[in-house]
Amino acid sequence: MAENTEKKELWRWLEARWTNPDIDWKQGKIVSAGIDVGSVSTQCVVMVDGDLYCYSSLRSGSGSVDSAWRGSNRALEGTGMTVDDWHYCVGTGYGRVNVPMSKRAITEIACHGRGANWMYGPQVKTILDMGGQDCKVIRVDEKGKVTNFAMNDKCAAGAGRGMEVFADFVGVSINDVGDKSFEIDEEPKPVSSTCVIFAKSEAAGLLKEGWQVSKVLAAYCSAMAHRVWELMVRVGIEPELSITGGIAKNRGVVERLEKEIGMKFQEKKWHNPDYIKRNYPFDTQIAGAIGGALFAKALAEKGKA
Amino acid sequence: MLANWGYQDGSGVYFITIDTDKCNGCRECIEACPQRVFEVGEDPADPLREEPVAFVVDEQRRKLRFACSPCKKYLTAEGGSAASRTPAELLAKELKNLPCVAACERGAITHSW
Repeated sequence: MAENTEKKELWRWLEARWTNPDIDWKQGKIVSAGIDVGSVSTQCVVMVDGDLYCYSSLRSGSGSVDSAWRGSNRALEGTGMTVDDWHYCVGTGYGRVNVPMSKRAITEIACHGRGANWMYGPQVKTILDMGGQDCKVIRVDEKGKVTNFAMNDKCAAGAGRGMEVFADFVGVSINDVGDKSFEIDEEPKPVSSTCVIFAKSEAAGLLKEGWQVSKVLAAYCSAMAHRVWELMVRVGIEPELSITGGIAKNRGVVERLEKEIGMKFQEKKWHNPDYIKRNYPFDTQIAGAIGGALFAKALAEKGKA
Repeated sequence: MLANWGYQDGSGVYFITIDTDKCNGCRECIEACPQRVFEVGEDPADPLREEPVAFVVDEQRRKLRFACSPCKKYLTAEGGSAASRTPAELLAKELKNLPCVAACERGAITHSW
């Protein structure tokens, strides 16, 4: 491949922030927050009386403390709120023990179960979270309580970081990987390597053989889909299914996974009809932080009682 | 809840499953395990649960295959290193005899390999 003279950050996914225009937080009784410091991304969600008030989704820095501060400052931008106005804050994710403003750390398993249940609704029984450096399959009951889970965090191959590395390697923006992986005549065999490093050299070989970039992407996406499927089978797949995390935004993986399972994931939209009507943004990356904020609310109420 | 602690990689599937509905937090598994794989405390996957529960400690989770190998002599003695190559009957019998599994009165612990 020709060398890239222009240094583009192809792995860079879109950061986000949002404030709910319909809430005056000063009228609220309980302000709860969840901060999900992941290995790749950090999200901060603030809820007022259990309603989504504002959130941010940023790239994690090198330190969890710094990431937590950047996440919360960004979420609170323009709201007039400070972290001192929070009644309770829960830290979750990989860096959960290093969230300075949190009163308690809760694992991402519990938070994702609760968060996805709240976002998608009680009909969701199986949640697949594809994070930056791990992949989790969580079964929940209708209240969002975890009944069965498994996580693979041993390597990044079936996770977002692996996709970032791969996108960068083949020179395609990570936001276009999904669409681009379908610009093919026929579906290639998945890359055989389960490790990102080996998959990368395998891809280099395929490109050298004259494979088009889109075909190589297809082979990588289906390998990732298959890896995740194995983990889902272990825990058991009970409909409805929902997907959270960054990879949820990559249809190259999601649609191939649906084909392998023979079931569709729930449409990415709010359970709360009011939220749909008001057109609140639905971001699969904030599920963990939402769960954190919901636990924070529960714990704040428990503390008061 | 079935808590599956462990991982899966190119060499096999290594999960210890703890049924938290059966576990009463008696700590027998901690004593039984020569490798200190278990801990008992606040449920990592259910923050609202009041009673302590057993789980696999963080340091061991990503290397269970090796942490548990001293108790799994059957894998190498009879059927090669992979669980899939061990005769099913033998595997089923041996899995019941593992110190942690035998120590758990409630039968809350199971191994996948």
